Amino acid sequence: MSNDILVFVEHLNGEVTDATYELLATARTLAAQTGGSVEAAVIGAGATGLAASLGGADRVLVADTDALGAFNPQGHAAVFSGLVASREPALVLVPYTSVGMEIGNQVAVANSLPLVSYCLSVDASTGLSATCQLYSGKVEADVVVDGERAVFAMLAGAASADDGRSGGAAVAEDVDVTIPDLAVSFVGIAEPEGGDVDITAGEVLVAIGRGIESEDNIEEAQELADALGAPLAASRPIIDQGWLPKTRQVGKSGLTVKPKVYLALGISGAPEHLEGMRDSATIIAVNSDPQAPIFGVAHYGWVGDLFDFIPELTERLDG
Amino acid sequence: MKIAVLMRAVPDPVEELELDGADLDRDFLGYVLNEFDDHALEEGLLLKEESGGTLTAFALGSADEVEQMLHTAIAKGADTAQKLGDDLDPVDAHAQAATFVSAIGDGGYDLILSGVQASDEIDGQVAMLVAASLGLPHVSVVVGTTIGDGSLRVTKEYWAGITADYDVVLPAVLGIQTAREAPRYVAVARIRQAQESGALEEVEIDQPENSSGVTITGMRLPEAGEGAEMIDGDEGAAAGRVLEILQAAGVR
Repeated sequence: MSNDILVFVEHLNGEVTDATYELLATARTLAAQTGGSVEAAVIGAGATGLAASLGGADRVLVADTDALGAFNPQGHAAVFSGLVASREPALVLVPYTSVGMEIGNQVAVANSLPLVSYCLSVDASTGLSATCQLYSGKVEADVVVDGERAVFAMLAGAASADDGRSGGAAVAEDVDVTIPDLAVSFVGIAEPEGGDVDITAGEVLVAIGRGIESEDNIEEAQELADALGAPLAASRPIIDQGWLPKTRQVGKSGLTVKPKVYLALGISGAPEHLEGMRDSATIIAVNSDPQAPIFGVAHYGWVGDLFDFIPELTERLDG
Repeated sequence: MKIAVLMRAVPDPVEELELDGADLDRDFLGYVLNEFDDHALEEGLLLKEESGGTLTAFALGSADEVEQMLHTAIAKGADTAQKLGDDLDPVDAHAQAATFVSAIGDGGYDLILSGVQASDEIDGQVAMLVAASLGLPHVSVVVGTTIGDGSLRVTKEYWAGITADYDVVLPAVLGIQTAREAPRYVAVARIRQAQESGALEEVEIDQPENSSGVTITGMRLPEAGEGAEMIDGDEGAAAGRVLEILQAAGVR
């Protein structure tokens, strides 16, 4: 094995994602601990052109192939698994994203390596250990890993993307690509359609979460939003239930918002939600659970029943 | 189409968690069906109905609530269900995946569905660990499927509402994030019927062993409201203070 850190490069539409730059920043810190270097593997058609934007790595492994024109869960995983097998890095970093999730599990199993998920930080100075977020961000766990090698799936925000962007030019190295027969084939990509309401445009946003309990209670939250002249947004569970349209979703799989005031009602604050709203200028959170992670990013908080709070505030706004 | 749905009981996300050493204090903890598994079941039921196939729901007997979960799955339309073990201690995702793989065996399933993730999967995602260990193709973060000619068209969500379609030759494993329709409601009377139907099979298994090589050595609850100004008093006081904050921010 080597002392190197191997980073999976996630890219879409010819651009390397921020999640990748965050991994490169984390990898740089880890490489100083292991005494190794940072390698980045970029896979797919057009990979050669992306190597120049990966100066945060010491070496870029380029697997440029027209056979993988877009991300393919099976094809990319097979190529990356092969690179992990041949390069034998000490640590492998993947982003905990829609793409990285498919890669991490596959690569770990194929190479008989442990996989640590939901990572906030990783330490390789004495053995391998990590701090992870469990139970939708309600718990932080310290973990240790058996052995000297492992795959780590990093949560968004674990490091600064800007730190991973810096650096000179990495050495690019073309690697041989062998792609197995694929049972998964890419058909096409779809961008989201515009909606009835643009939640990214509001100065104030009222956002509801699981605490709203039922579809019938949405009306009450809508009245509060109307009194404020604000759009009504929501976290994923509300959208998945079909109670509000997808265009109202804040978070990783929805939209990123930065209003002047974000009023979070009954939202616990899972990492995926925080990713979409944590840069709001003022965050006010109402939740019945004093341990809810939303209070970790809120500027103001009240612990209590949102069904007591909503009519009280609506009345004051109307009055 | 022969469909397997893998379901997990997870700590109720609305409950306040307490710790006991390097684990949750599980003595009085309530469990619910992992919400993503609920969507996996719904997508599975839709596919079963469209294809005229069968659906079997599997769950590890790791909580008292599991039987009710499986009876509910039967009431919603699962043909059979298997409860794997009884009164099991919670185990990591690798051990769960290995248990599911043994239960699925050579059952000849065309499609294996499970939730995209669970809140306690520190060592990987069960759906994809199952795929990797069976050597089956997989797509995860799936938000819808359509039956095609000799394959299944699967919509995967990337992020920020961007999705991509893939054609997948079966057999395959999918990690479902959201079913194309909200999980169906089922009346309590139907669940009672399911309890009496005998469609739930209890399978005896030994306590699975953790096998991920990842060990939790400590847990903490993040400092509540760190940095936030917590408003004291009743809802009236809270509403009054929030109004002041809105005014100070110049939006009122």
